[in-house]
Amino acid sequence: MASGEVRRIVIAGAGQAAAQALQSLRQGGFDGSLTLVGDEPALPYQRPPLSKAYMKGEFEEERLYFKPAAWYEDQKVEVLLGARATRIERPNRTLHLGHGATLPYDALILATGSRPRPLPCKGADLQGVHDLRTLADVERIRPQMVEGRNIVIIGAGYIGLEAAAVARQMGLNVTVLEMAPRVLARVTSPVLSEFYAGEHRRQGVTILTATQLSHLDGKDGTVTGAVLADGTVIPADMVLSGIGILPNEELAKDAGIACSNGILVDRDARTSDPAIFAAGDCASRPLVHYGRDGRLESVHNAIEQGKLAAAAILGLPRPAEDCPWFWSDQYDLKLQIAGLSQGYDTHVIRGDPVARKFAVFYLRNETLIAVDAVNSPPEFLASKKLIMAGAKLAPAKLGDTSTPMKDIAAEAAA
Amino acid sequence: MPKITFVAHDGAERTIEAKNGMSVMEVAVNNSVPGIDADCGGACACATCHVYVDEAFLAKAGEQQEMEKSMLDFAENVRPNSRLSCQIKVTDALDGLRVTTPESQH
Repeated sequence: MASGEVRRIVIAGAGQAAAQALQSLRQGGFDGSLTLVGDEPALPYQRPPLSKAYMKGEFEEERLYFKPAAWYEDQKVEVLLGARATRIERPNRTLHLGHGATLPYDALILATGSRPRPLPCKGADLQGVHDLRTLADVERIRPQMVEGRNIVIIGAGYIGLEAAAVARQMGLNVTVLEMAPRVLARVTSPVLSEFYAGEHRRQGVTILTATQLSHLDGKDGTVTGAVLADGTVIPADMVLSGIGILPNEELAKDAGIACSNGILVDRDARTSDPAIFAAGDCASRPLVHYGRDGRLESVHNAIEQGKLAAAAILGLPRPAEDCPWFWSDQYDLKLQIAGLSQGYDTHVIRGDPVARKFAVFYLRNETLIAVDAVNSPPEFLASKKLIMAGAKLAPAKLGDTSTPMKDIAAEAAA
Repeated sequence: MPKITFVAHDGAERTIEAKNGMSVMEVAVNNSVPGIDADCGGACACATCHVYVDEAFLAKAGEQQEMEKSMLDFAENVRPNSRLSCQIKVTDALDGLRVTTPESQH
């Protein structure tokens, strides 16, 4: 699509991918009309601090926003907040909004994000039961985070464990329920799971794995406890659900755009309709270093796809596709993850988990595919490059801490 | 309010009035200073807000924590005056600070 033809760009969704696409479009020289449609009342903001520093009250709200309000005026971005995109009329290239308004577009970016998977049990609608996804969620949760109260967290993924760490640090009694036999089962190896479960237990969190929730009990409409399948009742003044997210793909699906666990896009973030792009949590994309498609729930992915969509719309060269990366802060532990570890055949531990500073490398056919680095930035940063390069590495060398990571990286790159 | 001057790798300068308590990275991002990506938003997780701090202000910019040190160890084009701008807090003592952005954050 030549840039000359595109005069009206609409972005549905107002999260990280949308914020990036806006910036990249203007930086890329697009001077036509640019409209942002967000269903939340707030300007685009960062979500990662919601389960970390912001939840703890160590981060002012104004610092969450990607750009101050004045930026949108300066950049002539029309911002429609509290507005929901309800239908795409593809033949006329028009986006319909919930309140009846219509927005014609030459190019449309779907950055609709994801929503928390709803708790599938009785009592999920009681007062005191929360998801953790939006600024509004945290505004509801924070006043209830009072020392000495009982919080039950359902799901031991990153969100659940980050919230557990914050709640514990705020002096709550914390119980985490997980269906799988170990924490972080969907996203990492048993080594990391064991380390994080141990860390949380040492901090005083009760972690119950292989545990099935039956339902939530309440009194006068407010939650009072979590009832397990075996009948055990865990008292709860509040419940936080973190059992995964679902891509907001319905807008695309209803318009006949190809979807499969996310809106399917090519390497340019283009959907099956050449005038429509998708970026961020809602999109399923080619994972070029892994030879498959997948949906990534991460800041890096949202930024990268925002850039890819903007470049494709403007007819600019495709920006570099970096190694996927993620991070998680719990207590004083910084976990940095590079790559995707699914399908590894060998893992190597470098450093000592007891010292709370170590990395787990994941290899497939002797090729590095991912790393989980705990308080170990060199291992993370070196691995990002080595994964991209498809480097072959000897497990014995990787595990040898007497050779600095820099030397290992230099040798592998040679 | 302390004034901070951002110098691009090509020498172009921009001076901004900064708010105390913000990080130098946040000042740059809020004012669309080019050359600072700050993908992780200030979590010291990505090393894409690398800057060179004017020698005269190195001490005033504060001590580097262990995490920042080891992140910088792996950044491109590191110099003795390299810092991650998300880890420098704006104070009155930084009035007149000059930082230079590298050609690339990757």
